[in-house]
This record gives sequence, C-alpha cells and structure tokens, in this order.
Amino acid sequence: MPEVLLADFQIKRLEVLNEKGETDPELLPELSDAEMWRLYELMLLSRIFDERAVALQREGRIGTYPPIRGQEAAQVGSAFALTSKDWLFPSFREMGAHLTLGYPIPQLLQYWGGDERSQKVPPGLNIFPFCVAVGSQIPQAAGAALAARYRRDPVAVVTYFGDGATSKGDFHEAMNLAGVFSLPLVFICQNNQWAISIPLKGQTASASLAQKAIAYGFPGVQVDGNDVFAVYRATREAVEKARSGAGPTFIECLTYRMADHTTADDAGRYRSGEEVTFWAARDPILRLERFLEGRGLWTPQKREEAAAQAAATVDAGVAQMEAAPPPAAAELFDEVLATLTPRQAGQRKVR
Amino acid sequence: MAQLNMVQAINQALAQEMARDDRVLLLGEDVGRDGGVFRVTEGLLERFGRERVLDTPLCESGIMGAAIGMAAYGLRPVPEIQFLGFTYSAFEQLFAHAARLRSRSRGRYSCPLVVRTPYGGGIKAPELHEESTEALFCQVPGLKVVVPSGPYLAKGLLLAALRDPDPVLFLEPTRLYRLLREEVPEGEYLVELGKARVARPGNSLTVVAWGSMLERVLKAVEGYDAEVLDLMTLNPFDSEAIVTSVRKTGRLVIVHEAAKTCGFGAEIAATVAEEAILHLRAPILRVTAPDVPVPLAKLIDHYLPGLQQIRSALDEVLQY
Ligand SMILES: Cc1ncc(C[n+]2csc(CCOP(=O)(O)OP(=O)(O)O)c2C)c(N)n1
Repeated sequence: MPEVLLADFQIKRLEVLNEKGETDPELLPELSDAEMWRLYELMLLSRIFDERAVALQREGRIGTYPPIRGQEAAQVGSAFALTSKDWLFPSFREMGAHLTLGYPIPQLLQYWGGDERSQKVPPGLNIFPFCVAVGSQIPQAAGAALAARYRRDPVAVVTYFGDGATSKGDFHEAMNLAGVFSLPLVFICQNNQWAISIPLKGQTASASLAQKAIAYGFPGVQVDGNDVFAVYRATREAVEKARSGAGPTFIECLTYRMADHTTADDAGRYRSGEEVTFWAARDPILRLERFLEGRGLWTPQKREEAAAQAAATVDAGVAQMEAAPPPAAAELFDEVLATLTPRQAGQRKVR
Repeated sequence: MAQLNMVQAINQALAQEMARDDRVLLLGEDVGRDGGVFRVTEGLLERFGRERVLDTPLCESGIMGAAIGMAAYGLRPVPEIQFLGFTYSAFEQLFAHAARLRSRSRGRYSCPLVVRTPYGGGIKAPELHEESTEALFCQVPGLKVVVPSGPYLAKGLLLAALRDPDPVLFLEPTRLYRLLREEVPEGEYLVELGKARVARPGNSLTVVAWGSMLERVLKAVEGYDAEVLDLMTLNPFDSEAIVTSVRKTGRLVIVHEAAKTCGFGAEIAATVAEEAILHLRAPILRVTAPDVPVPLAKLIDHYLPGLQQIRSALDEVLQY
C-alpha cells in the first residue's frame, strides 16, 4: 500500500513596509494621508504614554506596569481596523489598542494604580477588563462570538494574547471552538518572543505560531508585527471576513518587547544587549517615520509637534488620575453580586 | 398533577424557560443529539434547534469560558459540565472570571449563567463521577451554589437560578435523578435562592442536610423528634433559619457526603458558634465522609454517611 499525502500546507508572512520605509505598492492598504498620519500619532501616543507609565511606577505613583515598547505597530495597527461595535478581549499588554479605540487615559493609569473603579469600561466600547490570568480571555471571546452570531450582529470579536498564552489549554480550546462553530473571531497573537524569561523556542517547537491555526481548520498568517501596514491590512481582512460570517482567522504579529516584562522585571538577566539593539533598529515608529518622510508627510519638526501634543494629553490624564479621591471601603462590596447577600450586607456595614 | 422524577422536572424547567426567553441557550458535551448522558436535556435540540442547544467539543474550560462571553454579551447560557469532577479543568474560568466579572468590570458586564452538573455519589460510576466538592465552590464570593433535594424543588430552584442576574452553580444529585417521584406542577413557580426550608418540623434537635443526604436523613430521623432543615442554597446560605431552629432545639447535627475537613458543615458549625452558642445544650456534630478521595463503587457505601452513623450522632447529642 502506498502512503497517501493527506494534506500539504503553506504558511505565509505578510510584510508591506520594510525597515528603510519602502513599501510594496500592491500590498499597501488604502489609507488616506490623514489616516496614515493618525496611525503615526497613535503609535507616538502609545510610546509616550508607556514611557510616562514606567516613570510613574518608578516614582511610586502607580503600581507594577507591563510596558508595550516595541509593540506599538501590532497594537495600533490591529485596533485601527476595528469599530466601537466590535468586541475586544484583551490581555494586559494592549494599552496601544485601548488608546486607539479612545479608552480614557486616566482610567488606564488608574488600573495600573490599583483602583478598582477603573475597570468600568466606558459605555460605547465593548472592551473586556484587562485579563491577568494568561490566555483565559480567549474562550470568553469565543463565547461572545457565538452570541454575536446568534444575535445576527455583524460584528467581529477580537482577542489579544501573547506567545506564552499559546501554550495554554484555553488557547487550544478556543481555537477549536472557533473552527468547529466557524465563529466571527479574530485571534491576534502578539508574539513579542518572550514570556517573561522564556523565549519563543521554550514555548513551542513549531516553526511559527500562525501554523497552529491549520490544525483547527481555519487560516493563520504571520505578519511583520513592526510593520503597521501589514498588521492593519491583515486585521482588516480578518474582521471583515468575521463580520460577513466567513469564520475565524489567526494572526501572529511577529514583534519584539523592547522593555522589561514589567517594571518588576530585569530583562538583562535573560537576554542579550545585542538582541535588543538588533530590534531597536527595527523600531516600528522609526519605520513609519521613514515611510511618511518619503511621502513628504513627516519632518523632525512635525514629530516634535505631535510628541508635544501627545505628552500634553498624557499629562492631563495623569493629573486627572491623581485627582481622583481614594475609593471608599464600601467599594469592596458594591459590585460583587447584583444584590448583596445578608452576610455581605452585614460585613459592609462594619467596614 | 404529574408525578415526575428529577430528570423530568429539570427538563421541564429548561424547556419552559427556553420557550419564555430566547436568550437561554444550552451548551455542553452531548447535550444535544444525545440529550445529555443522564437524558436531562432530551428533546430540547429537536424543539429549540441547533442554535439554542449546542453540542460542543470536549473542552470544559472552553465551555465555561464561552458561557462567560455569551453571558457578557447579553445571553443566558446554561453550560452543562458532564460531571462535577470535570469542572476542575474549568475551575479557573468559574472562579477567576465568571464569579468576578461583575466586580472586575464594576458592573459593566454581568455573568448570568447557570452551570448544571451532576453531583454526588452512589451511582456505581468510574472515578471522578461521584464527587461532592461543593464547599470548594462556596469559598468564591460572587458564585451562588444551589443543590435541590427532589423533583419539585429542582424545578423551582432551577427556574429561580435561570432568572438570577449572577452566576449559579446548580448541583444535581445524581443518585436522586430517578430515585424519587413527586407531584410537580406543570406551570411556572420559583423557589427563592438563599432560603432553607424545614423539611420536617421537630423540637429536640436540628439536623441540617442538602441534596442526596436529605433523603437519607429523613429516614434516619424516623422515631426522633428532630427538625430537619434542607439548605437548598449553600452560597448564600440561610444562616437565620439554622440559628432559629438551633435556638429552639439546642442541638445540631450536620450531615454531608463530602469529606469532613473544610467541608460546608464547618461553616455551619462556626456560624452557630458565633450566633447561638449559649443556646447549645450539646456539642455540634458533623456526620460526613472521611477525608479520603471519593472511592470507586465497592467502597462508596463506606464513604457516604449511612443511616447508622447518622443515628449514632443523633443519640450522642441527645444523651450528652
Ligand atoms: C495563568 C498564568 N500563569 C502565569 C502568569 C504569570 N505571568 C504573567 S505574564 C507571563 C508571561 C506571558 O507571556 P506572553 O503570553 O507571551 O505575554 P507577554 O507578557 O509577553 O505579553 C507570565 C508567566 C499569569 N499571569 N497567568
């Protein structure tokens, strides 16, 4: 009996914008100059917000914070393809996606400052709370996608997670559910190549994470995660496909965490300076600047202006965060159940 | 009025609520075509279709996580976990997310789901099919834990759970599924969550039980002037009903089929010690399973509290 070839797979990487700022005109998404500039502003805002948050932690003004430096293109580029009707199930390192969707800065800072009240997502945005238990938001996103389909809502559900999360059972259970039920779900893996000190090859023996989708019966693609146009293009296609009922997509954004894992971490203990330098040269913001400059849209002067504006926005957010009075002890009880149990009510009285 | 067993009563409650409210969906392993391994969801797929009764892949954490997303989106999912022993792989979703979603979103999202799962021992099934680890779930603020002890209550409690705005773990004592038949009204009625009921009035001692132990306790107390309380909801539990009864009788025996250490009986005993210690005329006794894993069939009768053990505890507190 001959062996039969059951299937033969390919896995692709999408790249649109290279490090020199050159693009493939065939692949460049249709974006106006204003939209391209907006992408730049949002990435810059994310960078400045992030630097500020790290500084606030160092000054003891907020708690432990997980920096996003280096991942701005993956976050802004993907979230830019969403509307406020879509549902987002983030992990804890997607502040750039939040900023892109207009999530209030004081509230983001309040969260990392340890204030429960920050977790009430503003009306008009369908964003789930930050999820610290790695990967557990992914099946929840599958449930929202099931519900959206049941309701016949033409929305996409998008979930973000890191490379470490792809080792968890919940990732696999959700990928399988998405495939079996052909859900309007987009999986966005920010493969920043490190899960604290464990490098990608300590997480998987696969040649790519994107190829994992093949096993679940839907497309997976790797994109250059430091290339905002590639991320945007792939996400837009995936969310349009989801909204039209054509099923799930897995997008692996191959990027790099330039900062420490969190402000409590020292990445110098486990990775080399050369590696960081290598990736710093591939900074997603620099890359977009080179492109915009070639189009006559960018000058150092314009950067200064945009940076000053972003810094002012962040400053205002910091001031507002710090002006909030401390929460009352009763906040402990207020949203545990729709109606407090008699025991909870008794405990609340004496706090 | 029809005489129904618990399986039929639960099936009727699900069907009625699904007919009334199109947000109610069932999901789980084998709940559709097969009607569930205990046939509790039999006929519901035919009646409500594949969009409302979802046969899922085998993935407890995925089922629970998906139910959370569905609930947050505005539906009222009823995930079935085939046996309580398999909720452990969905623990994280239930503990860390379902029970906390309202709180961690400061009320923006709620999680009105009802997890249904067969529970308890005495059905000659393989390992992990006879667990009674209800107390684990009672430690979690934000999660309600309900245990019916018969068909009538199963329907009324389940309807109440399905309308509750928060997550409920609904534990169905497997041993009782087909053991008892009772008159179950065809119409809709709710049994309020968080309330105990006096299953049998009495004056000389109080016995607290729930689920499948209730049937056994009612047998054991024949010939005693015992007041039997059926707790029905374990979290939040009706401490007032217990304390009121103990103030009257002065004696308390708690019977549960779970292991003793950190079992729910400990919570009841501590509550009575806090609120009614001066009314006690004897030490509080607990009749429970020993602190060992739930065994296979040949040893299960040595594991579950038996009539004799319950009666010795009653005698002991009466003679103290
Ligand atoms: C279930 C779980 N295990 C462990 C942790 C501790 N922890 C926090 S982040 C992290 C690494 C996550 O890596 P990855 O998924 O790649 O995301 P990244 O932090 O790189 O964004 C670990 C182990 C956790 N939060 N949750």
